[in-house]
Amino acid sequence: MRDVHYAVDKRPIFSGVTLTARRGRITAIMGPSGTGKTTLLKLITAQIFADRGQVTAFGRDLSQLDTPDIYGVRKRMGMLFQNGALLTDMTVFENVAFPVRENTDLPESLIRLLVLTKLQAVGLRGAAELMPGELSGGMARRVALARAIVMDPEVLIYDEPFVGLDPISMGVIQRLIKQMNVALGITSIVVSHDVQELSAIADDSYLLSAGSVAASGTPQELLKSHEPAVSQFMTGGAEGPVRFHYPAGDYTTQLMAAEEH
Amino acid sequence: MSNGKHPSFLVEGVRKLGASALFLFRLLVQCVPALGRPRLVIYQIYNSGARSLIIIMLAGMFVGMVLALQGFKLLQRFGSEEALGSAAAVGLLRELSPVITALLFAGRAGTALTSEIGLMRATDQLVAMEIMAVNPLRYVAAPRFIGGLIAMPLLTAIFSIVGLFGAQLVGVQMMGVDQGSFWSQMQGSLDLHDVMQGIVKSLVFGVACSLIAVSEGYNAEPTAAGVGLATTRTVVASSVLTLLLDYVLTAAFL
Repeated sequence: MRDVHYAVDKRPIFSGVTLTARRGRITAIMGPSGTGKTTLLKLITAQIFADRGQVTAFGRDLSQLDTPDIYGVRKRMGMLFQNGALLTDMTVFENVAFPVRENTDLPESLIRLLVLTKLQAVGLRGAAELMPGELSGGMARRVALARAIVMDPEVLIYDEPFVGLDPISMGVIQRLIKQMNVALGITSIVVSHDVQELSAIADDSYLLSAGSVAASGTPQELLKSHEPAVSQFMTGGAEGPVRFHYPAGDYTTQLMAAEEH
Repeated sequence: MSNGKHPSFLVEGVRKLGASALFLFRLLVQCVPALGRPRLVIYQIYNSGARSLIIIMLAGMFVGMVLALQGFKLLQRFGSEEALGSAAAVGLLRELSPVITALLFAGRAGTALTSEIGLMRATDQLVAMEIMAVNPLRYVAAPRFIGGLIAMPLLTAIFSIVGLFGAQLVGVQMMGVDQGSFWSQMQGSLDLHDVMQGIVKSLVFGVACSLIAVSEGYNAEPTAAGVGLATTRTVVASSVLTLLLDYVLTAAFL
């Protein structure tokens, strides 16, 4: 992404964001809630387009592509959604097989082999015949991960992969992200605000704040930063440039006024 | 949006009409490849059609019975009870079957389609398809639209048959109209034009109700309230449009 500007209803979300996800590495994109992390993923996957600046994937400017070309680019990407986004009327097996069935003409025997291999990789081969409604949050995310890697993507995008998981599931997902990166050489982009989990696996990291990149470097460099906004986010402090309280009038005055009513 | 010269609801109305026309165009484009997936379409005919059978048959039966009861009382005054079969058939085939089937379709199948697609939107399933390079308009919307389009005339035909049976039950079995007169009068007074009128209406209502249901679900705000609102809009818009189109088509046929 180079100098990307994006606004919704004239409210700027990004004003000059530049970042690069390098091949074969895990790039972490961090930032407080509401900094546009999900919007950033939409830009990367060409669901929306930048008002100004350039978003490039596999050497192609996404804004210049027509729909078939965009689908062509997306076939080289996989994405893990925050809630899994599994298709609820299909079994786990059918969910993982879905992109293969839709995008290729592979024979059923090969599809079966592919799906079982990917389910085995996420430890859920035994859950192949379950419906998404029967899975826990962590399991659903692992199935979604199997689905995301079934087409052997070159880039894998994770949207808040650790949200709402128990420590065991969180550890499993964390290991899987690293494993996918190391074993399969997949370029990974992880968007999250879970600093500790992300710092342990990321090679490069970017911190988004107020519509631009506040800091970039290795997670260790960010952790050592003395920049107030960076330090506040990395250490989880309530005091700092990012305010805990939403702007409001004087507290005492409001309380007294409430009593008078 | 509004520049002050035009009322905002007018601008909003034109915008919505334009958006619906654009959606219909995109949907129709995707209907061609969707027809190449007969399994998806057949499942949607089952989903919208077969699953609506009970309510359609029940309604058809009672409407036919009421029609016979009212018709018999009226015709009795003129001593022409034998014309009951013809009156019931014309009323059902031309008017009541397509209209009531469409209204029931909107309430049963239309709401189910809207809420299903709306929930798919709210739970990111449609976006997930986009990312997997699968066009959700082709995979989700088009088969449901075609399914509704095919199911509506079939349901209308079943409504008519069951309605005629209900009319016969009351007229012949209960009120004592002669069975031979009932059926022969019906056969004599009906022509292809009456049947065509019902078929054309059911096809038009099928397009309208399916389009509204699919479009409202596809464009629903991805929240619980948004899906609820879209479902309500489906029923209201489908019902009003069905009655409006019914008037236009009836005027055109006369």
